[in-house]
Amino acid sequence: MATVALPRSPAKHAAATGPTRRRRRWTGWGFAAPFVILFLVFSALPVVASLGFSLTDIRSTDLRNPLSVNVIGLDNYTRLFSDALFLRSAVNTVVVVVVGVPLTLIIAMAAANALNSGLIRLRALFRVGFYLPVVTSIVAIAVVWRFLLDPQAGLVDNLLRLVGIQGPNWLGDTSTALPSLIVMTAWRNFGTMMVIFLAALQGIPATLYEAATLDGAGRWQQFRSITLPLLRATVLFGAVYTGIGYLQVFEEPFVMTQGGPLNSTLSVSYHIYNQFGFGNYGYAAAASYVLFVAIVALSVLQFRLLRERD
Amino acid sequence: MAVTDTAAPPSAGPGAGGSTVRGRDRTAKIILYAILVLGLLVVVGPFLWMALSSFKPEAEIRASPPTWWPRTWTFTNYRDLFARLDFPVYFTNSVVVAVLVTLGNLLFCSLLGYALAKLDFPGRRAVFLVVLGMLMVPGMVLFVPQFVLISNMGLANTYAGLVLPFLAGPFGVFLMRQFLLSIPDDLLEAARVDGAGEWRIFWQVVLPLCRPALATLAILTFLTSWNNFLWPLVVATTADKYTLPVALALFSIGQHRADYGLMLSGAVVVILPVLIVFLVLQRHFMRGIATTGLK
Repeated sequence: MATVALPRSPAKHAAATGPTRRRRRWTGWGFAAPFVILFLVFSALPVVASLGFSLTDIRSTDLRNPLSVNVIGLDNYTRLFSDALFLRSAVNTVVVVVVGVPLTLIIAMAAANALNSGLIRLRALFRVGFYLPVVTSIVAIAVVWRFLLDPQAGLVDNLLRLVGIQGPNWLGDTSTALPSLIVMTAWRNFGTMMVIFLAALQGIPATLYEAATLDGAGRWQQFRSITLPLLRATVLFGAVYTGIGYLQVFEEPFVMTQGGPLNSTLSVSYHIYNQFGFGNYGYAAAASYVLFVAIVALSVLQFRLLRERD
Repeated sequence: MAVTDTAAPPSAGPGAGGSTVRGRDRTAKIILYAILVLGLLVVVGPFLWMALSSFKPEAEIRASPPTWWPRTWTFTNYRDLFARLDFPVYFTNSVVVAVLVTLGNLLFCSLLGYALAKLDFPGRRAVFLVVLGMLMVPGMVLFVPQFVLISNMGLANTYAGLVLPFLAGPFGVFLMRQFLLSIPDDLLEAARVDGAGEWRIFWQVVLPLCRPALATLAILTFLTSWNNFLWPLVVATTADKYTLPVALALFSIGQHRADYGLMLSGAVVVILPVLIVFLVLQRHFMRGIATTGLK
């Protein structure tokens, strides 16, 4: 290991065709095997097993007694779509995606454009600051935000009180709980897309803007007719990437609202987790596959949209 | 937006017209700075409030009107966290799990990444496609069968159970393969001509060249593992195996739901190591995003 000098042996070099090549094929698998084995057992197998589970009535009590598991076909799936709680969680999750994704992208786009508009001096500072929430634990952030939004002691309502407004009980009211979570989620996640947008913006040649300025186009007009069209693919990628993340929203309601009040913040992931907690493994697996299909559908949609226009 | 819409046509001579344009540019710049600083306050403010409040006594955290700077500094929250609650244990668990997961990914992902980028073996394309496809599979789909598997292996509530499903992640393979593709084949061929075996080439030629990619992978894996929540929540059934996020989440919705100071200092303990790593090594993050298009 320690010797870096490589011994020379011209004899081997001459024979580096037939047998060496075949040996190299096995060497390839030698390198791949450790990962592939772990991957098959702990990732690939579970993907298939999850689908299998979803077609059975497996429960936590069957762990020690696998023979008592019955195949029940699509029963879990039909039950899911008549389960009021699941439907509620699906609606909540769709709201998070449909409202949260545009909100996140708009903030990210605004921040990226602001940082790209010739203000070089402090760009690194702002970029790091805006990106900061992305790398921190959602659980810790959710704990902090739960206290920030507390109606009595929370900073937000305290600040509102200073200007004479009685703030709502953000997380305790069915009409404000989900919007609060969405705003917090956008606050946490826009940094990723900001960095990606910033990279894309820097790839747009400055001459385009110069020409547009000569033609008398204002900043907003330039944004509409130069920046947005050129960033279309990036925005689409961002929408899908962010949407896939938001489809799985879990920690925020878990820590901040426990799905309440009155299930107004129950997400699909949270519902799956709860069903798992009740021991309904087959049912939880079925719900997780529905979520999986939604994620795949979103990705496929992206590819189609990209192909259509390009 | 409407304000900046009316850009004057620059056909006028470079006299008075130029100075008004510059004047408007300065106004625009000031407005821009103001918005950015306000935005920074909104983003960083909660972190500052968390950090400062963790040093306040409970009553001051709840005071109305609120204080920013602590009137009374106290370490009671942190003392309670480490003496009354078992945060040293959770901290250790988080470190052990994150370190093992990181080492596993560095090793296994660079091995497979090298094979995929530089070696020709049967099934190479299939392996790559399947691993890539796994990037799309959410943890929510995996955790139920993973739990059944780990339980049947007798590994529930153990370090092995916490670590095993994350030792070989698809993201690292993708990252390492991308990087390794940029290493010229001639270099490897030269080593082969010199008679070095594939293993030796990997350890002595390839890995040293991969240092930047390995650094990026190590940082991103460590952080992902440190922040990971669902799996440790499911597998760690007794408190002695909780990781930091699990302990913080369960305490904050359980017996300590009203202990603001305690939970805020807990959040500081979860966030601080990540914050330090991020601030010191932030160029690696930006590179990670740049190479792969995602975190």
